[in-house]
Amino acid sequence: MKRLQFFADPPANLENVGEIRGKLVVVEGPDGVGRSTQIAELKRWLERRGSAVIETGFTRSTLAGKGIKLAKQGHTLGSITLFLYYATDFADIVEGQIIPGLRSGYIILADRYIYSAIARAVVRGADPEWIREVYGFAPVPDAVLYLKIGLNGLIERTINSGKGFNYWESGMDLRLGNDMFDSFKEYQTRVLAQFDRMSEEYGFQTIDAERPVDEVADDLRAAIDRVLTLA
Amino acid sequence: MGGVMPLNGLTDQRYPGRLFCVEGIDGSGKSTQIALLHEWLRDEGYAVKFSEWNSSPLVKSTTSRGKKKQLLTPTTFSLIHATDFADRTEHEIIPYLKAGAIVLCDRYAFTAFARDVARGVSPRWVRQLYRFAAAPTVAFYFRVPLDVALDRIVMGRPDLKYYEAGLDIGLSPDPLESFKLFQARIVDEYERMVDEFELTVMDATKTIEEQQRQMRSIVKKFLPRRRRLGAGKPEPKPELRHERPEIKSEQKSA
Repeated sequence: MKRLQFFADPPANLENVGEIRGKLVVVEGPDGVGRSTQIAELKRWLERRGSAVIETGFTRSTLAGKGIKLAKQGHTLGSITLFLYYATDFADIVEGQIIPGLRSGYIILADRYIYSAIARAVVRGADPEWIREVYGFAPVPDAVLYLKIGLNGLIERTINSGKGFNYWESGMDLRLGNDMFDSFKEYQTRVLAQFDRMSEEYGFQTIDAERPVDEVADDLRAAIDRVLTLA
Repeated sequence: MGGVMPLNGLTDQRYPGRLFCVEGIDGSGKSTQIALLHEWLRDEGYAVKFSEWNSSPLVKSTTSRGKKKQLLTPTTFSLIHATDFADRTEHEIIPYLKAGAIVLCDRYAFTAFARDVARGVSPRWVRQLYRFAAAPTVAFYFRVPLDVALDRIVMGRPDLKYYEAGLDIGLSPDPLESFKLFQARIVDEYERMVDEFELTVMDATKTIEEQQRQMRSIVKKFLPRRRRLGAGKPEPKPELRHERPEIKSEQKSA
């Protein structure tokens, strides 16, 4: 048991969460690196071992998930609005899923966390200090498992997954190139640079995601094992 | 003025337009005053843009869903209103200030600072959250005794809404009682901000005509000389601060 730590001030009225039993494990990495596949696998593995798992991620809040998806379909969504809409969604997830889950002893597997939000915002011109302040209410995770991949590996995966280049993941709102591919390269390069910078700042555990899925999964399990054995 | 709140880190340009906002608790008469100001400025030949609190088309459905289903906590309440404000800043405020227009806002970031802190949100955090906001040329605060405002409100609107009455923070199970206690907290926050943000205090117990006369004479001092667009220049900040009425302290929030 331990006390829940926050990056800055806890969310209002949650100052006295008290002791928690659960663990918060974040899987981070760029779009298309294979986070979702790995998390689904981890969840099954943990459940087989008898742990209760809550899987969560961006735009999955009851409050704002739908609103963000709708807003992203239009062409009037400004950058600051986008950042804060995501922060709203994330706060609802923190208060509605993560904190209650941790208190009840769940293992929370978070598909992306404040780091993705920070990377995207900074790449879009936000003051790095400001966006960190905004997310100050987030609980500090027990581990951040960073699936690291280079640009070429990412391009390959994006095409092979069948999803291909999409508007937001190519940073087309920034128009960083003449077409989706050019913009994708530039946008993802900048996002990866932000992840690398945060890797030191926040002590990510880096997992080489250029390798086959099974090997990556082995490393993820080993990392989680270490988190769970830490009392 | 154009320019941004002293705390801002995202945009620090000054814009040729002017930004006037009205603040105060419900029933202080601020909306009436800004509507009169709006008409007057238009008649005087200025290009005017009006923006109202909590009105972004992108965010509205989420906010009303959150309120209807009572999904909002103090933190998400704060964030969704900041999102709404961000959309209006990006679409209704900054572009018009850049164009040299007069932007009028019924409620501004100070509403969030008052309400959210009254709900228990960290004062420091919510001020950081709004750092992207353009700084107003003049922020009018309509000061009114609580019972006067309550009379005006309760007369016009018998059933108080859940969040409006502050029922979410459990000050009292009785909506009217809760509303009173909540409004009192909000008033405390506004009073604290008078010095912090150099709010221009209006005596909201005076007649509508008197208040409007006063508002116009204050606003007049800050209007660009030329009414046609494209001629405005950013206003130098130091002069502005000396001309500003009701300065109580030189201290800026940091």
